Amino acid sequence: MADLRDLYQEVILEHSKAPRNYRQLAAANHHAEGFNPLCGDHFTVYLEIDGDAIRDVSFQGSGCAISKASASMMTQAVKGKSKAQAAKLFDTFHKLVTTGEANGNHSDLGKLAVFSGVSEFPVRVKCATLAWHTLQAALEGKQDPVSTE
Amino acid sequence: MTTTANLPSTESPALTRLGSQLDVERIRRDFPILAREVHGKKLAYLDNAATSQKPQAVIDAIARYYRQENANVHRGVHFLSELATAEHERARRLAQEFIHAASGNEIVFVRGTTEGINLVAQTYGRAHLGESDEVLITAMEHHSNIVPWQILCDEKKAKLRVAPINDAGELLLDEFEKLLGPRTKIVAIAHVSNALGTVNPLGKIVALAHRRNIPVLVDGAQAVPHMSVDVEALDCDFYAFSSHKMFGPLGMGVLYGKAALLEAMPPYQGGGDMISSVTFEKTTYNKIPFKFEAGTPNVEGSVGLGAAIEYLNAIGMDRIQAYEHELLGYATGKISAIPGVRIIGTARERAGVLSFILEGVHPHDIGTILDQEGIAIRTGHHCAQPIMQRFGIPATARASFAFYNTKAEVDALARGIERVKEVFR
Repeated sequence: MADLRDLYQEVILEHSKAPRNYRQLAAANHHAEGFNPLCGDHFTVYLEIDGDAIRDVSFQGSGCAISKASASMMTQAVKGKSKAQAAKLFDTFHKLVTTGEANGNHSDLGKLAVFSGVSEFPVRVKCATLAWHTLQAALEGKQDPVSTE
Repeated sequence: MTTTANLPSTESPALTRLGSQLDVERIRRDFPILAREVHGKKLAYLDNAATSQKPQAVIDAIARYYRQENANVHRGVHFLSELATAEHERARRLAQEFIHAASGNEIVFVRGTTEGINLVAQTYGRAHLGESDEVLITAMEHHSNIVPWQILCDEKKAKLRVAPINDAGELLLDEFEKLLGPRTKIVAIAHVSNALGTVNPLGKIVALAHRRNIPVLVDGAQAVPHMSVDVEALDCDFYAFSSHKMFGPLGMGVLYGKAALLEAMPPYQGGGDMISSVTFEKTTYNKIPFKFEAGTPNVEGSVGLGAAIEYLNAIGMDRIQAYEHELLGYATGKISAIPGVRIIGTARERAGVLSFILEGVHPHDIGTILDQEGIAIRTGHHCAQPIMQRFGIPATARASFAFYNTKAEVDALARGIERVKEVFR
């Protein structure tokens, strides 16, 4: 049986209650919207891109504890990274939340490793990845809102 | 943010006596799935508004149909075809009696409530709506009683008008009446709201509409499992409901329509069974209800629905209604007393549904934590996004009841909510 504490780790609860970088970004030159129609989660991710670097990143919106904490910790993790580094980190994160394993890339994840418990709750994978999908859309300059469905 | 929600009204000793005549522990044994465990805990199935569980009688009837009676209906001359046809038409009579329709030819078999509403929109609606005409619905409709009308209105350049509700989730009858105008061609309204549990005053609504010669379609999906329905007494023109929400199989439902309206309506889909004769020059349509039933019907569905109706009849819808009334009152009191809980939908007349939010916790997280306790509820917008917008919330947690649910399960729900609060403390 999956343990709730594996999913709702203290760090996750703390970020969901006090999300970091939770604001509109005045200097944003990229942004995208993401929806999870299943539960009504809705986030906007703002990016300030300078050449290949993510100079600043923020988000706003509403969602469950998992999606909000994931968005909050994502902004901390990708700030200052290159686009390619952010894409690779999403790849590793996605493996983590779907399989519980990071294929030896655990050290890249840093604090994001607390999301490993999500893999025991398959219906919550979309919550954990919504902000990341939205980030990807913002990086690619997509016009249409992304949906987890 | 705790709200003391209204307990359902009309606490009467007679009603309590009637409800206490229900032997719930015996009834629970009729539903095999209720005995299973989930995540090592006793299952508390509180998601009946999404779909209900099936009694052994329904499961057996479907198995018996395939073991002993299966054949195509209406056209065969052989024994099995006659048998299958008899079973199919027997189910139609049971459905007719169940909702107190005047005649079996007013019972159209469909896939479910959604198809029933789409059928009316695409036949009656297309024939009667013109540019600038209006369809009147309410702010508490399920998407299935919004989108078919939007599609129709888009096609006809007609307008969809929406009657507002108050903070308790009750229809504002005065506003509703004001919206009934010379251009209103049909009213479509839920008997019971799936997201709020509100029971609408259909008698008054139908009278107001009929005074202006406007027909009324009722979405009965959430009413039929909880109360005795009499379409003749309601005097509604169409009434749609789903088998799977009333303990029958999936993929089956009924559209009731007054015979005169059905007779005058163009057909829905073309195909076999809905015709009397076909040439390349001209086709004559079959009589009602068959005119609306193209193709080989879902006989497994009708047999299962018939078995579900017989099962409900044996218990008695009045007893079911009385028992659930008491259970919902108990649940409303128990859950609304938990600090931080706010009930969404506090209408004086409610049935089957308890929607709530918990301060500081998203409903999706409530759902996951309750699931670990073996408690199945629905979280989200319940296919009624405009209601969520009306109350300014993204989603709710919804516990929805059937007559096999118990006060012990309500207590488990209350403990589960306390567990949610512990996790999020």
